Amino acid sequence: MVPLSHVLALSVTLFVIGAAGFVFRKNIITVFMCIEIMLNAVNLAFIGFSRYLGNLDGQLFAFFVIVVAAAEAAVGLAIIIALYRNRESLNIEDLDSMKL
Amino acid sequence: MAVLFYIFAAVAVVAALSVVAQRMPVHSALSLIVVLCSLAVVYLLLGAEFIAVIQVIVYAGAIMVLFVFVIMLLNAGRETPSHRSRMAHWLGAPLVAALLLEVLFAIWKQFPAGATHAAPAMDAGPAAIGHLLFRNYVLPFEVTSILILVAILGAVVLAKKEL
Repeated sequence: MVPLSHVLALSVTLFVIGAAGFVFRKNIITVFMCIEIMLNAVNLAFIGFSRYLGNLDGQLFAFFVIVVAAAEAAVGLAIIIALYRNRESLNIEDLDSMKL
Repeated sequence: MAVLFYIFAAVAVVAALSVVAQRMPVHSALSLIVVLCSLAVVYLLLGAEFIAVIQVIVYAGAIMVLFVFVIMLLNAGRETPSHRSRMAHWLGAPLVAALLLEVLFAIWKQFPAGATHAAPAMDAGPAAIGHLLFRNYVLPFEVTSILILVAILGAVVLAKKEL
Protein backbone atom coordinates (compact mmCIF):
# COMPACT_ATOMS: atom_id res chain seq x y z
CA MET A 1 0.00 0.00 0.00
CA VAL A 2 1.25 3.48 -0.89
CA PRO A 3 1.86 5.74 2.13
CA LEU A 4 -0.45 8.75 2.39
CA SER A 5 2.54 11.09 2.30
CA HIS A 6 3.38 9.94 -1.24
CA VAL A 7 -0.18 10.60 -2.43
CA LEU A 8 -0.03 14.06 -0.88
CA ALA A 9 3.41 14.68 -2.42
CA LEU A 10 2.00 13.87 -5.87
CA SER A 11 -0.93 16.16 -5.17
CA VAL A 12 1.33 19.04 -4.12
CA THR A 13 3.63 18.52 -7.10
CA LEU A 14 0.71 18.71 -9.53
CA PHE A 15 -0.70 21.75 -7.74
CA VAL A 16 2.62 23.58 -7.93
CA ILE A 17 3.04 22.72 -11.62
CA GLY A 18 -0.43 24.16 -12.22
CA ALA A 19 0.40 27.28 -10.21
CA ALA A 20 3.66 27.72 -12.14
CA GLY A 21 1.80 27.47 -15.43
CA PHE A 22 -0.74 29.99 -14.16
CA VAL A 23 2.06 32.45 -13.47
CA PHE A 24 4.25 31.84 -16.52
CA ARG A 25 1.92 31.21 -19.44
CA LYS A 26 0.47 34.02 -21.56
CA ASN A 27 -2.23 32.16 -23.50
CA ILE A 28 -5.54 32.45 -21.67
CA ILE A 29 -6.66 28.94 -22.67
CA THR A 30 -3.44 27.40 -21.32
CA VAL A 31 -3.86 29.38 -18.10
CA PHE A 32 -7.34 27.92 -17.83
CA MET A 33 -5.98 24.40 -18.30
CA CYS A 34 -3.48 25.03 -15.48
CA ILE A 35 -6.44 25.83 -13.22
CA GLU A 36 -7.89 22.43 -14.13
CA ILE A 37 -4.60 20.77 -13.12
CA MET A 38 -4.77 22.53 -9.76
CA LEU A 39 -8.39 21.40 -9.22
CA ASN A 40 -7.35 17.84 -9.99
CA ALA A 41 -4.47 18.03 -7.54
CA VAL A 42 -6.92 19.05 -4.81
CA ASN A 43 -9.22 16.20 -5.82
CA LEU A 44 -6.33 13.77 -5.44
CA ALA A 45 -5.71 15.02 -1.90
CA PHE A 46 -9.42 14.60 -1.08
CA ILE A 47 -9.45 11.01 -2.36
CA GLY A 48 -6.17 10.15 -0.67
CA PHE A 49 -7.48 11.35 2.70
CA SER A 50 -10.78 9.57 2.07
CA ARG A 51 -8.91 6.31 1.55
CA TYR A 52 -6.64 6.66 4.55
CA LEU A 53 -9.26 7.88 7.00
CA GLY A 54 -11.79 5.28 5.85
CA ASN A 55 -14.37 7.99 5.25
CA LEU A 56 -16.41 8.24 2.04
CA ASP A 57 -17.12 11.97 2.45
CA GLY A 58 -13.83 12.88 0.75
CA GLN A 59 -14.99 11.20 -2.44
CA LEU A 60 -18.25 13.16 -2.30
CA PHE A 61 -16.25 16.38 -2.10
CA ALA A 62 -14.16 15.30 -5.08
CA PHE A 63 -17.42 14.64 -6.90
CA PHE A 64 -18.71 18.14 -6.13
CA VAL A 65 -15.38 19.64 -7.21
CA ILE A 66 -15.70 17.85 -10.58
CA VAL A 67 -19.26 19.16 -11.03
CA VAL A 68 -18.24 22.73 -10.17
CA ALA A 69 -15.22 22.41 -12.48
CA ALA A 70 -17.55 21.45 -15.31
CA ALA A 71 -19.73 24.51 -14.70
CA GLU A 72 -16.62 26.68 -14.38
CA ALA A 73 -15.22 25.36 -17.66
CA ALA A 74 -18.46 26.12 -19.50
CA VAL A 75 -18.67 29.70 -18.20
CA GLY A 76 -14.92 30.32 -18.48
CA LEU A 77 -14.72 29.19 -22.08
CA ALA A 78 -17.77 31.31 -22.92
CA ILE A 79 -15.96 34.31 -21.38
CA ILE A 80 -12.87 33.47 -23.45
CA ILE A 81 -14.98 33.40 -26.63
CA ALA A 82 -16.58 36.75 -25.73
CA LEU A 83 -13.14 38.26 -24.99
CA TYR A 84 -11.70 36.98 -28.24
CA ARG A 85 -14.63 38.45 -30.15
CA ASN A 86 -14.00 41.87 -28.60
CA ARG A 87 -10.19 41.90 -28.49
CA GLU A 88 -9.10 39.53 -31.29
CA SER A 89 -6.43 38.22 -28.93
CA LEU A 90 -5.87 35.34 -26.54
CA ASN A 91 -2.85 36.90 -24.86
CA ILE A 92 -3.58 37.81 -21.26
CA GLU A 93 -1.26 40.82 -21.51
CA ASP A 94 -3.70 42.40 -23.95
CA LEU A 95 -6.53 42.09 -21.44
CA ASP A 96 -5.51 44.94 -19.17
CA SER A 97 -8.45 47.34 -19.36
CA MET A 98 -9.03 46.99 -15.60
CA LYS A 99 -5.46 48.06 -14.89
CA LEU A 100 -5.07 51.52 -13.37
CA MET B 1 -0.41 -2.07 -6.85
CA ALA B 2 2.18 0.28 -5.38
CA VAL B 3 4.32 0.01 -8.52
CA LEU B 4 1.34 1.04 -10.67
CA PHE B 5 0.79 4.07 -8.44
CA TYR B 6 4.36 5.28 -8.92
CA ILE B 7 4.28 4.63 -12.68
CA PHE B 8 1.08 6.61 -13.17
CA ALA B 9 2.19 9.31 -10.73
CA ALA B 10 5.30 9.80 -12.88
CA VAL B 11 3.17 9.87 -16.05
CA ALA B 12 0.87 12.49 -14.47
CA VAL B 13 3.76 14.74 -13.40
CA VAL B 14 5.54 14.51 -16.78
CA ALA B 15 2.30 15.20 -18.66
CA ALA B 16 1.52 18.14 -16.35
CA LEU B 17 4.96 19.58 -17.07
CA SER B 18 4.20 19.09 -20.74
CA VAL B 19 0.93 21.05 -20.35
CA VAL B 20 2.92 23.98 -18.99
CA ALA B 21 5.85 23.67 -21.40
CA GLN B 22 4.05 23.22 -24.74
CA ARG B 23 3.73 26.31 -26.89
CA MET B 24 0.68 25.10 -28.84
CA PRO B 25 -2.60 25.09 -26.88
CA VAL B 26 -3.73 21.90 -28.65
CA HIS B 27 -0.65 20.06 -27.43
CA SER B 28 -1.30 21.35 -23.92
CA ALA B 29 -4.87 20.07 -24.13
CA LEU B 30 -3.76 16.61 -25.26
CA SER B 31 -1.20 16.48 -22.43
CA LEU B 32 -3.93 17.49 -20.01
CA ILE B 33 -5.99 14.49 -21.16
CA VAL B 34 -3.03 12.26 -20.28
CA VAL B 35 -2.85 13.88 -16.82
CA LEU B 36 -6.57 13.31 -16.24
CA CYS B 37 -6.51 9.68 -17.38
CA SER B 38 -3.46 8.78 -15.29
CA LEU B 39 -5.09 10.47 -12.30
CA ALA B 40 -8.17 8.32 -12.94
CA VAL B 41 -5.94 5.24 -12.63
CA VAL B 42 -4.50 6.62 -9.38
CA TYR B 43 -8.05 7.11 -8.06
CA LEU B 44 -8.81 3.51 -8.99
CA LEU B 45 -5.75 2.34 -7.05
CA LEU B 46 -6.91 4.41 -4.06
CA GLY B 47 -10.23 2.58 -4.08
CA ALA B 48 -12.38 5.35 -5.58
CA GLU B 49 -13.92 3.49 -8.52
CA PHE B 50 -16.89 5.81 -8.98
CA ILE B 51 -14.79 8.98 -8.99
CA ALA B 52 -12.32 7.36 -11.40
CA VAL B 53 -15.10 6.64 -13.90
CA ILE B 54 -16.59 10.13 -13.44
CA GLN B 55 -13.13 11.58 -13.97
CA VAL B 56 -12.80 9.86 -17.35
CA ILE B 57 -16.36 10.61 -18.48
CA VAL B 58 -16.79 14.18 -17.26
CA TYR B 59 -13.22 15.52 -17.27
CA ALA B 60 -11.40 13.65 -20.02
CA GLY B 61 -14.63 13.41 -21.99
CA ALA B 62 -16.88 16.42 -21.66
CA ILE B 63 -14.63 19.20 -20.33
CA MET B 64 -11.69 18.42 -22.60
CA VAL B 65 -13.96 18.23 -25.65
CA LEU B 66 -15.11 21.73 -24.70
CA PHE B 67 -11.49 22.90 -24.43
CA VAL B 68 -10.42 21.38 -27.75
CA PHE B 69 -13.55 22.76 -29.39
CA VAL B 70 -12.78 26.30 -28.20
CA ILE B 71 -9.12 25.98 -29.25
CA MET B 72 -10.24 24.94 -32.74
CA LEU B 73 -12.98 27.59 -32.88
CA LEU B 74 -10.64 30.44 -31.95
CA ASN B 75 -7.84 28.98 -34.08
CA ALA B 76 -5.43 29.38 -31.16
CA GLY B 77 -1.96 29.04 -32.56
CA ARG B 78 1.55 29.19 -31.19
CA GLU B 79 1.93 31.46 -28.19
CA THR B 80 3.94 34.55 -29.10
CA PRO B 81 6.62 35.35 -26.54
CA SER B 82 6.15 38.84 -25.20
CA HIS B 83 8.70 40.87 -23.32
CA ARG B 84 6.43 43.39 -21.75
CA SER B 85 7.03 42.28 -18.18
CA ARG B 86 9.59 39.80 -16.90
CA MET B 87 8.32 40.13 -13.36
CA ALA B 88 6.51 36.77 -13.46
CA HIS B 89 9.70 34.97 -14.44
CA TRP B 90 11.93 36.72 -11.93
CA LEU B 91 9.57 36.50 -9.01
CA GLY B 92 7.42 33.52 -9.96
CA ALA B 93 10.03 30.76 -10.18
CA PRO B 94 11.49 31.24 -6.67
CA LEU B 95 8.02 31.61 -5.18
CA VAL B 96 6.76 28.44 -6.86
CA ALA B 97 9.85 26.49 -5.77
CA ALA B 98 9.44 27.82 -2.22
CA LEU B 99 5.78 26.74 -2.18
CA LEU B 100 6.69 23.22 -3.34
CA LEU B 101 9.50 22.80 -0.80
CA GLU B 102 7.44 24.27 2.02
CA VAL B 103 4.45 21.97 1.57
CA LEU B 104 6.64 18.90 0.94
CA PHE B 105 8.48 19.71 4.17
CA ALA B 106 5.18 20.04 6.02
CA ILE B 107 4.00 16.67 4.68
CA TRP B 108 7.32 15.09 5.59
CA LYS B 109 7.10 16.47 9.14
CA GLN B 110 3.47 15.44 9.55
CA PHE B 111 3.80 11.93 8.10
CA PRO B 112 7.21 10.41 8.86
CA ALA B 113 8.35 7.79 6.34
CA GLY B 114 6.74 4.40 6.70
CA ALA B 115 3.73 5.60 8.69
CA THR B 116 1.07 3.83 6.65
CA HIS B 117 -2.11 3.81 8.64
CA ALA B 118 -4.56 2.98 5.89
CA ALA B 119 -8.11 2.20 6.89
CA PRO B 120 -9.49 -1.13 5.67
CA ALA B 121 -10.81 -1.00 2.12
CA MET B 122 -14.37 0.30 2.02
CA ASP B 123 -17.23 -0.04 -0.41
CA ALA B 124 -16.99 2.98 -2.71
CA GLY B 125 -19.33 1.82 -5.45
CA PRO B 126 -22.15 3.92 -6.92
CA ALA B 127 -24.63 2.54 -4.37
CA ALA B 128 -22.59 3.65 -1.36
CA ILE B 129 -21.86 7.05 -2.94
CA GLY B 130 -25.52 7.47 -3.85
CA HIS B 131 -26.70 6.68 -0.34
CA LEU B 132 -24.32 9.23 1.13
CA LEU B 133 -25.15 11.80 -1.54
CA PHE B 134 -28.91 11.62 -1.06
CA ARG B 135 -28.86 11.33 2.72
CA ASN B 136 -26.10 13.56 4.10
CA TYR B 137 -25.47 15.79 1.11
CA VAL B 138 -28.92 16.50 -0.32
CA LEU B 139 -28.69 20.27 0.16
CA PRO B 140 -25.26 20.64 -1.55
CA PHE B 141 -26.59 18.41 -4.34
CA GLU B 142 -29.61 20.66 -4.91
CA VAL B 143 -27.50 23.81 -4.69
CA THR B 144 -25.17 22.30 -7.29
CA SER B 145 -28.10 21.79 -9.64
CA ILE B 146 -28.95 25.50 -9.33
CA LEU B 147 -25.29 26.32 -9.96
CA ILE B 148 -25.32 24.29 -13.16
CA LEU B 149 -28.53 26.00 -14.28
CA VAL B 150 -26.93 29.41 -13.72
CA ALA B 151 -23.79 28.24 -15.54
CA ILE B 152 -25.85 27.15 -18.57
CA LEU B 153 -27.62 30.51 -18.71
CA GLY B 154 -24.34 32.37 -18.22
CA ALA B 155 -22.57 30.43 -20.95
CA VAL B 156 -25.41 31.01 -23.40
CA VAL B 157 -25.59 34.74 -22.66
CA LEU B 158 -21.81 35.22 -22.75
CA ALA B 159 -21.31 33.37 -26.02
CA LYS B 160 -24.12 35.26 -27.77
CA LYS B 161 -23.27 37.17 -30.91
CA GLU B 162 -23.58 40.64 -29.39
CA LEU B 163 -22.74 41.05 -25.72
